[in-house]
Amino acid sequence: MADTGKTGSNPSDQSSIRATRRSVIKGVIASGVAVSAVGYVVYERSARRSAAGAVERLITLNVNGRDRRVDVAPHETLAQTVRNKLGLTGTKLSCDRAECGACTVMLDGVTTYSCSTLTHSVRNRKIITIEGIAGPNGGLHKVQQAMIDELGPQCGFCTPGQVVAAVALLNNNPKPTLDEVRRGMSGNLCKCGAYDHYLKAIMRASQEA
Amino acid sequence: MATAPTQQHKLIGKDFVVSDVEAKVTGRAKYVEDFRADGMVFCKTLTSPIPHAKIRSIDTSAAMKMPGVLGILTADDVPQFPPPAPGILAKDETFYVGEPILAIAADTEENAVAAIEAVKIDFQQLPHVVDPLESLFPGGPNAREGGNVAAGQIKLQTVKWDGADFAAAGEAKLPLGRPAEEWTYGDVDAGFKKAKVIVEENFVSATYSHNCMETRSAFAYWQGGKCFLHGSNQSHTAAIANISRYIGIKPNQLVFIAEYCGGGFGSKIPGYPNMAIAALMSKKINRPVMHHISRDEEYGIGSARPGFQGYIKMGFAPNGKITAADLYIVQESGPMPTAGDFRAAGACMSLVYQPEAMRFRSVPVLTNTIPVGAQRGPGENQFVSVIEPMIDKAARQLNMDRFDIRILNAPDSNSKFGPDQGPVTSAFLKDALAKLRTLANWDELKKKSGQKNGTKVTGIGIGQGYHSAGTNGFDGLVRITPDGKLHVHTGVGNLGTHSWASTARVPADLLNVSWDNVIIERGDTRRGLPFNSPQAGSLTASTESRTMYAAAMDMKDKLTDIAAKMLGGKPEDYELGDEKVVHKGGGRSITYQQAALKAIELGGKYSGKEVPGELNPITKSAVAMIAGSGLVAAAKDKVPRVGTTPGLTCNLAEVEIDTETGVVEIKQCMSVVDVGTVLFPLGLGHQIASGQVHGIGMAHLERHLYDAKLGIPAAMGFHEGKVPTYLDIPPNMIWQAVEKPDPQHPLGIKGVGEPAMGSGASCITSAIADALGGHLFNRTPVSGDMILNHLSGRPPAHKPLQVNTV
Repeated sequence: MADTGKTGSNPSDQSSIRATRRSVIKGVIASGVAVSAVGYVVYERSARRSAAGAVERLITLNVNGRDRRVDVAPHETLAQTVRNKLGLTGTKLSCDRAECGACTVMLDGVTTYSCSTLTHSVRNRKIITIEGIAGPNGGLHKVQQAMIDELGPQCGFCTPGQVVAAVALLNNNPKPTLDEVRRGMSGNLCKCGAYDHYLKAIMRASQEA
Repeated sequence: MATAPTQQHKLIGKDFVVSDVEAKVTGRAKYVEDFRADGMVFCKTLTSPIPHAKIRSIDTSAAMKMPGVLGILTADDVPQFPPPAPGILAKDETFYVGEPILAIAADTEENAVAAIEAVKIDFQQLPHVVDPLESLFPGGPNAREGGNVAAGQIKLQTVKWDGADFAAAGEAKLPLGRPAEEWTYGDVDAGFKKAKVIVEENFVSATYSHNCMETRSAFAYWQGGKCFLHGSNQSHTAAIANISRYIGIKPNQLVFIAEYCGGGFGSKIPGYPNMAIAALMSKKINRPVMHHISRDEEYGIGSARPGFQGYIKMGFAPNGKITAADLYIVQESGPMPTAGDFRAAGACMSLVYQPEAMRFRSVPVLTNTIPVGAQRGPGENQFVSVIEPMIDKAARQLNMDRFDIRILNAPDSNSKFGPDQGPVTSAFLKDALAKLRTLANWDELKKKSGQKNGTKVTGIGIGQGYHSAGTNGFDGLVRITPDGKLHVHTGVGNLGTHSWASTARVPADLLNVSWDNVIIERGDTRRGLPFNSPQAGSLTASTESRTMYAAAMDMKDKLTDIAAKMLGGKPEDYELGDEKVVHKGGGRSITYQQAALKAIELGGKYSGKEVPGELNPITKSAVAMIAGSGLVAAAKDKVPRVGTTPGLTCNLAEVEIDTETGVVEIKQCMSVVDVGTVLFPLGLGHQIASGQVHGIGMAHLERHLYDAKLGIPAAMGFHEGKVPTYLDIPPNMIWQAVEKPDPQHPLGIKGVGEPAMGSGASCITSAIADALGGHLFNRTPVSGDMILNHLSGRPPAHKPLQVNTV
């Protein structure tokens, strides 16, 4: 996992908070627990250390090119915010512990596990979720079209994360080798084992203008 | 009977865009937790923290006073099933870490968690066991108070072997004590007597989790006396009876919504007990209830493939024919009788290798590990992974070519197998192997076997796979509406194999309907879904193309009937043109739109107001939902089928092992499959490639890990698991199909999902053995440290038959 460039490794913004799993947990412990607007828990095993203290704050997030005002608890993860408060359920939660990549979003163009990123830490970042990948008129991104043509997904649960990761990869490296794609995508698991078709789709997309 | 794939098919055998893929790549596909309802509340379960215990008392008084708490469910609130069958919530006795005991609903999930933490349970810890052999040892612990052995058709009982059996066997051999099940055919002793070479080995295959990406969260609410349930399930209508049973309602009281399923692999076939918790909690507190399952919780209730501790002896005649086989399997069954893998392994030995005589013995032992169940190729795939390298060992001793020995022993369409020596509908594994030999350019490739390149050494392996791959007798339902659209109603579920879509191509093809004019009705029982096969067991492509064929033939009859009524003459004077019914003499015709309008006017069997009595009740209620809306054809699949329909596959892998690090790099894989007529090439290729990936996981990576002393699991995540990543797979996978139709299927189609993984796993274990000069680990997964220990002359880190270890 070390070379996947996932979590908080944006080279252009080292001053930003490194939203590692550890900092998420510390955030939870330090802040106690707040009741989020839709009621999902953050981490049940570390939650509820204190019954009082944490309060939601109204912040502005830039999501898919739009500023969104949203109440966010100190310990809330970005995955929770986009799914449960902004209604962007394309971002999936599977492991909820920075192992699988189903929750992959982009922060200033760099892929991040949103399950392990505190929402408060990304207030000044440009957040792109799967819903922001297609064009403004709903036109599919070439990665999405290639995944349709090559029959990329099986069950589809990891697919939004795979698409976001592939788009970020091609943005940074438009003509990757197959091995570069394998390495770049290796932070996104697919338990169906659809890797071969995803790879074909990403290589196909990379060959299109 | 059989219709070979011919030029006349416009859709069958052709690639197409599967209509749900766009929703998957845009994030619009909605899985269970993507749904919301006004007033939705949350529930969480309290799960057992210890592997085996009596529940002496539960005190929820403090929990019920916690903020936001709305209700509680205990075992007393849910339907009971006689032990050792799996229950919904544990009553009196708990059997594994992670077993649900009670559930609490609250306005927020955090409040539910807080209330769970305030519950006090008085447990009396009982002896536990995670290794079947320990339970079989005299005086060893039982996983349940009622016994230590059970399976389907094997009642709960206590089996202890003699100390002498263990003493005689020592640590490296499986003691061959009293089995719970045994069968024999042929003269096994005589078979071994005439053998020139005997291969006798003990083996272990690891238990490991299904690790579905989507956990088994459920969301439920009630309206008008019906339970609306969103569940993650790989089957749809085949699961309704079972899910209703868990909830304690009649099947027609359940509205089941399952448009997508984020991975099942056999663990979500007929529904599962956990689904009932959201449903029953919702009923109790009269609120929509979301029951989110975390990854930790999923590990406990998310099922696993049972492991084997086994013994096999095979005799080979001088020409390589297997003269006799003696197989004994001890199965790690988890705490409930939920897996029959051991039986499937016995059948697999008998079918794939065709021994002239065979004895099979087994004992499925209960353990305090998580409940097990079917996982892609249950039994067959564990088995071939350890057996295929042994076939190579025999080939070496007989100085035979590795393809030759397999082709000699492989089944053909006249082969019999199993204790009953039952027939197969077709078997072309010999053809597949011959084709794979050509595809691989075998005579050249095999020269690379054992070649060294710096610290690396090359191995070439062949693997085979089998699973039954088709059944019959379900219902088909199609409808033409007055707008001319063909509605294909399918109740098969959406596991991700795309077979709900590929089988829908069949009626469109047979009825000459443009694919653009097809609407597939699925995913929600309110859409009128017929009783179809489970999406499991490599069944769907074969089984549901049969039901689609039945419905299409019924539709064809009704179309020509209506044409005769409208235009005169007899039905047989008419044939189907492009979305119209045409008089064979030319000229006169009616469009499908006209036929649909006429059907509504005619009513009766034409509009679905009357249905054949032989249809399943689920199909009848589906037809009732759409009756009067067009021309309706509902028919039961009655095309005869005698024997097992086998899907058979073979794979070849080239690997390179780094002798300094133990890293196995898979350089290339290829596969040839005997799946009858190819229905959807792109989808078939996807199953083959993903089968290879799953096979790599089984052969090389995935396993459970338990602390035997404490009974606590230690591999509860994807990377601890450990599932394959992009970096574990070969750069390119190629495949071919034998393309010989199955004669007992109207279109010749057989399935592929499971065998594709078995051959994918066994080609890797064979290749690793080949790279190491034929060394047999007799264990899956073959991990890097096992390879390193072997190469450096150190003993393995585990005892020979130890399980749930690295």
